[in-house]
Amino acid sequence: MSRIAGSTGEVARRDMRRRFVPVGSTMAASLLALLPFVPAAPLVPEVALLVVIAWRLLRPEIWPAHMALGLGLFNDLVAGHPLGQSVALWTMIFLTCDYVDSWLGFRDYWMDWLIAAAAILLHAFAAWYIAVLMGSGIEFAVLAPQTIAGILAYPFVARLVLGLDRWRLPR
Amino acid sequence: MAPPSSRRPGFSRRAQYGLFIGYVVAVAGILFAILLLVIAAIDPRGFAAVRGAALDATAPISRGASAVGGFFSDLWSGIGHYWRAGSKNAEMSRELAGARRQLVRAQALEFENRRLRQLIGVAAETQDEVTVARIVGSTWTSGRRFATLSAGTQSGVAVGQPVRAPEGLIGRIVETGRWASRVLLVTDGASNVPVRLVRDGTPGLAVGRGDGTLAIRTLEIGPNRFRRGDLVVTSGIGGIFPPGIPVAQVIRIDDDLAIARPVADPGRSDFAIVQRIYQPAATGELEQSPEEQTAPVTVAEPPPASGPTAPQTPAPRQQSPSYQPALQRPQAPVREQPR
Repeated sequence: MSRIAGSTGEVARRDMRRRFVPVGSTMAASLLALLPFVPAAPLVPEVALLVVIAWRLLRPEIWPAHMALGLGLFNDLVAGHPLGQSVALWTMIFLTCDYVDSWLGFRDYWMDWLIAAAAILLHAFAAWYIAVLMGSGIEFAVLAPQTIAGILAYPFVARLVLGLDRWRLPR
Repeated sequence: MAPPSSRRPGFSRRAQYGLFIGYVVAVAGILFAILLLVIAAIDPRGFAAVRGAALDATAPISRGASAVGGFFSDLWSGIGHYWRAGSKNAEMSRELAGARRQLVRAQALEFENRRLRQLIGVAAETQDEVTVARIVGSTWTSGRRFATLSAGTQSGVAVGQPVRAPEGLIGRIVETGRWASRVLLVTDGASNVPVRLVRDGTPGLAVGRGDGTLAIRTLEIGPNRFRRGDLVVTSGIGGIFPPGIPVAQVIRIDDDLAIARPVADPGRSDFAIVQRIYQPAATGELEQSPEEQTAPVTVAEPPPASGPTAPQTPAPRQQSPSYQPALQRPQAPVREQPR
């Protein structure tokens, strides 16, 4: 693939890709919730959350914090969460990441994973608490496998997002 | 990797204000989302229109993918069965022997049930099905256990209706779209199903634990009457679920709880049957007090109490005041604290 766009159409296409790949990939990850599995217990992590954290940690500059409002609303509607759950939690994660970035000033791979793990854990806890408020009195231990799987799956998702980012910005 | 300095956009006032307004919008959005959650917690049917529309829009995708997904899940469970063939065989022979015994008991019970029902004049409501649909998906990314059903209001599906598979109970409709609806599975933490033990009729309340099992609380004081392998069926109390639908089989006893596994696996059932609400007066109660929607038991109050609130209730069917007194009194404390 040539590094220099040959025509106006090519420029427009690359521009579209540069703009919409992060949003598109996050929404595609939300749509994964429509796959027709009916597992007995929650084991598979929420991929959309991992993707959105990975984009946020990899490219802090592409999204303002309020971008998570729209992405979260889409995820709530598609995944069948109580309306407002992902909206609130994802935006809180973004704001916290902003704060951590301004506080740390520097982070490496392990710090990314640590931040993501904390975000996944707190997200799981908050989602569990919202479910309890909604009348579903399950134990948090039920969600532990899903949370641990999410923390372990984060590096793979981050690698995937990195690949998408490279494809998005050909240089 | 150093984060770019977009967090402090230089000395431009305009850029600084832009960033500040972005944060204001984000915080306002969070507050608004929390407000939505509070409304949803108070009134579970608050955003029925929006959620129903989203359900309609997304269900076709699941429906299309379910053929592929079914293939893979069959493949996966096929491998699992191959690995566990020996132990599975022994276990199934044991279960079959138990099932034969239970079948005989069930037939005896069925006969006695019919006789008693004639005796006290409980007319069996019409139990014809509303529709037959497929389960096309679930909320597998969250701790809740909801399944998506490929039939909605257009097929006559309404909130509250029980959903069953040929093998047993699956759950209850909680949200409807035009072509799709959402089912609260019996394994969800918010699902309470009034059950009774097939063997001797001990009443209980089957509450989901979220991990694919149910906890059955007995409503009677005394030693735990449930044993491993016992089958529980719906008791018909509460008026939502018709009586006699198999719900779960006890796999373990935990002190005063019995842990049971549902007999119907919604992930493997080809079809789900949506049935009418057993006693339609129950929906009147539900609409008046939505916060009690999670506890279908509440409508099992003695008929005189529910008379004025639901005028369409026919004359009390249970003439005898001593009819199932043990089932009706201890339910209130159980409902107050689901966990």
